Amino acid sequence: MKLIVAIIRPERLPETLHALFQAEVRGISVSRIQGHGGEVERVETYRGTTVKMELVEKIRLEIGVSEDFVDRTVQAIIQGARTHEVGDGKIFVMPLEGVHRIRTGEQNEQAVTPVLSEQH
Amino acid sequence: MSKVIPIMIALTGTAWAEGIQSGDTAWMLVSTALVLLMTPALAFFYGGLVPQKNVLNTMMMSLASLGVVGILWVMFGYSLAFGGSNAYFGNTDFFFLNGVGLEAKGNIPHVLFLCFQGSFAVITAALISGAVIGRMNFQAYLAFIACWSLFIYAPMAHWVWGGGWLAGLGALDFAGGTVVHINAGIAALVVTLFLGPREEHGRRALLPHNVPFVLLGTALLWFGWFGFNAGSALEANSLAALAFVNTMAAPMASLVTWMLIDLIRTGKATAVGAATAVIVGLVAVTPAAGHVTPLSAIVIGFLATFPSYYALTVRPRTKLDDSLDVFAGHGLGGISGALLTGVFASAKFGTAGALEGNIKLVGIQLVAVLAAMAFSAIGTLAILKVISIFVPLRIDNKDERRGLDLTAHGEEAYVTGEGAILVLPDSLPSSVTINGAANGVKSAS
Repeated sequence: MKLIVAIIRPERLPETLHALFQAEVRGISVSRIQGHGGEVERVETYRGTTVKMELVEKIRLEIGVSEDFVDRTVQAIIQGARTHEVGDGKIFVMPLEGVHRIRTGEQNEQAVTPVLSEQH
Repeated sequence: MSKVIPIMIALTGTAWAEGIQSGDTAWMLVSTALVLLMTPALAFFYGGLVPQKNVLNTMMMSLASLGVVGILWVMFGYSLAFGGSNAYFGNTDFFFLNGVGLEAKGNIPHVLFLCFQGSFAVITAALISGAVIGRMNFQAYLAFIACWSLFIYAPMAHWVWGGGWLAGLGALDFAGGTVVHINAGIAALVVTLFLGPREEHGRRALLPHNVPFVLLGTALLWFGWFGFNAGSALEANSLAALAFVNTMAAPMASLVTWMLIDLIRTGKATAVGAATAVIVGLVAVTPAAGHVTPLSAIVIGFLATFPSYYALTVRPRTKLDDSLDVFAGHGLGGISGALLTGVFASAKFGTAGALEGNIKLVGIQLVAVLAAMAFSAIGTLAILKVISIFVPLRIDNKDERRGLDLTAHGEEAYVTGEGAILVLPDSLPSSVTINGAANGVKSAS
């Protein structure tokens, strides 16, 4: 099992989610973060004061996946988030010690396997 | 009233021009300020409806009209609308306020009349901006509203209020259903088609980022609309009171109607829907305000809701990216209002409508509607064609994705300030370009 953490551009989030759903990856956490990569700096002006914005709005995705899913998840994120310009972000793949599904108490591989909710 | 004038002269030492009434002047001063408030109100209405990345640009498109159209109106537009007595066009007599001073125009000072009319020109141009949010080059937009206010708005104002042919025909348009709403609604439709849809139209829903802003804008628009409609009486008299009560009644009816349709269709009365309903009711009653009874105004508010509601439901699923439904709200609302004015106009207030046997009036109203639509459509298209020769009308897709607040204005609506480093003028490295091509960024080294 791996924990995939990806930092992407906010404006690429819809495409990235789309690509992930296409790849049948479920169970995603999304947070808004600020960060600094090597991208262009924004210069903004407020009431005559010019400021350089060193921190840029980014989106962090966190996805816990089983080994078979690592590649396709990474590929989906790259496909959705890539613009070929500096600042597209990074994907970190980390080993995962254990996963517990709170509702059922299922562990590890079973816990990261998506279940279709029963209403559907 | 004339007895007061010598006292005023004694008090102020200023000679009041013959014919000016203080009560009327007081009301029109207030009305003008009320109508002027409608443009920033529109900024909040539109601003709340767009995503966060475009809120400043959207609000700026309304705000900019106050400056660009307002100044042009004073310099040229007023004369093009109210100069001379030609049936189709004004003239250049009043250019640069020439001959527009403190003398009486009706019962109020001429300059005040100019301001009152100017506040209408400003909001009409701003209304169009709702159709083009998220993709129009801001410079091109400025050029567009400048030309549009002079070449489309001013002539049409002349037709209806400046002694032009539509007034001569007997068409009723109390406060600007044709000149303001149909005109802006059709222009919005044309500019939408000319620009094409946003890149994400049809793929991603256009969600409002701040619904309370929409409601705030609605409240201020309604408030300002009392000046718009009741002020169009140009006097503080019973006609103003009639327009006032109708401006109250029609949106109340459309608000109730819209909520009921919402409840019947989906079981939920939406806030954005309610806000839209108020605007549709106000638009529809605008041409009718001084011509119909309050009960008729309620019926107008009720009836005008349906075409706009239907269009608003269908439009987002089409290719037409009139993003904030200027056509559905103002175009259709204005057309409904103009035609219903022909139905409900009452002889009690001057002209009988179809309900009182004068079916001909509906025909005249229809002619006015069609003329306004044709002139607005052709004129708007011509202006866009010419502007597109000199400056691109659209921004590129990359800027569209990042949003116009950052790319066109170099600001964000909701900044945290984290990571912002003060740049002192002399410490700015030469590599930094603050105003790149609509793109306030520099390349990192």
